[in-house]
Amino acid sequence: MRLTLRIWRQPSADAKGKMKKYVLDDVEPDMSFLEMLDVLNEKLILDDEDPVSFDHDCREGICGSCAMVINGTPHGPQKNTTTCQLHMRHFNDGDTIDVEPWRARAFPVVKDLVTDRSAFDEIIKAGGYISVNTGSAPEAHAIPVDKVSADDAFDAATCIGCGACVAACPNGSSMLFTSAKVTHLGLLPQGQPERATRAMNMLAKQDELDFGGCTNVGACHEVCPKGIPLASIAQLNHDVLGATLSGARSD
Amino acid sequence: MRTYRFHVVITPQRNIVSRTWGTSVGRKSVMAVTGVIFLLFVIAHMLGNLKIFFGITAFDEYSEHLRTLGAEIFGYSGVLWILRVVLLASVVLHMWAAISLWYRAKRARPVGYQHRPSWQGSYAARTMRWGGVIIALFVVWHILDLTTGTVNPAPAGSGAYEKLVASFDRPVVAIFYILAMLALGLHIRHGLWSALQTFGANSALKQNALKTLAFVVAAVITVGFVIIPVSVMTGLVR
Repeated sequence: MRLTLRIWRQPSADAKGKMKKYVLDDVEPDMSFLEMLDVLNEKLILDDEDPVSFDHDCREGICGSCAMVINGTPHGPQKNTTTCQLHMRHFNDGDTIDVEPWRARAFPVVKDLVTDRSAFDEIIKAGGYISVNTGSAPEAHAIPVDKVSADDAFDAATCIGCGACVAACPNGSSMLFTSAKVTHLGLLPQGQPERATRAMNMLAKQDELDFGGCTNVGACHEVCPKGIPLASIAQLNHDVLGATLSGARSD
Repeated sequence: MRTYRFHVVITPQRNIVSRTWGTSVGRKSVMAVTGVIFLLFVIAHMLGNLKIFFGITAFDEYSEHLRTLGAEIFGYSGVLWILRVVLLASVVLHMWAAISLWYRAKRARPVGYQHRPSWQGSYAARTMRWGGVIIALFVVWHILDLTTGTVNPAPAGSGAYEKLVASFDRPVVAIFYILAMLALGLHIRHGLWSALQTFGANSALKQNALKTLAFVVAAVITVGFVIIPVSVMTGLVR
């Protein structure tokens, strides 16, 4: 396959970036998108050019590192798929492919396609945990969990924190991410003691970090590689409004 | 000269108003509550409008009844004025919350995408903000036309029925009205669903049912309003 790539090149956080065009002649349909970028980078290194920086780690769709917007869609055209699991067979010979970093004030570009997503860590620190005493593990069957809650919590727990929801959201909101954590922990018995404060604190942190506000557009769910349900956001809203009305202290 | 420094400690949770207004979800809930007030008003307004098909007497009497409703307690037009104040307050809050979320969204993405993103989400969701502006402008025209009669061609002192027919006899006005009602329908289609989501009523199982409900309500309201200018234009209502 012969492909024309237009990739966002930005030498550093402060530098001005622009789209740069590259032509690749020898792309195999069985390559993953990242392998295709590896081939490009080998070529760039041989030509004494700066290779394209991009984040990647597991390359099996579970770490959430490979953040890039492909032709305007985070993680590209294939649904429920991370960039590393997207294969070149989904493109055609002669295609032009635009590759850009996540765009959000809270995710500043570090270099090329690499963004600093530590804002998500800040949201997690604000409440994405449960407090338990460490030491001997409790008996797993000691606390019953009903099937529906277990399933819904697990659906939310599949979030890999890649940030595609933010990248796709016309409001630049991280609501799907935050709500996935709130739903995951809030539906389980172990998450109950901090349920109200978790929802308030994580939302407050998200607002503080310059993420936009959710207006229930649903773009996040469409691009989410893990298909986190939009209903997670309703769960977050439910917990936040309940906490607000009941006067839960948020600190 | 000695300087004094005052420390003002603001805890994150003050009273319920600032706690609600202080978060993005709180502002969405303000939009949802005021939106539901509009929705109830719009449904009542549409049902009242349909009295046009029962003739001039029925329609003008209905218009008069609105003014004498509860007059023993609130005075002539009293209930109507209370309603107007509630609606005006709702408009202010609804728009204030919308503009602040709009501003937040603009701020959240200072650098846009080079490849224009394909829109993921419904057409209704996409047109919420400008659709809302169109509806607000329409309401101003609508009040000047049919409430105060300022821009209405019917002679001063005409009844509600005459004013309505005179207004829709102008095809441009009728078409503008129909377009505004389509914008209203789209706004309700996303707004009702969005309000249910904001109140936390959604679940993975209920999602399709809630979206369908919002669509049906929006469609019924739109048809209920649009049928009147169409009837005037086709000569069904004279």
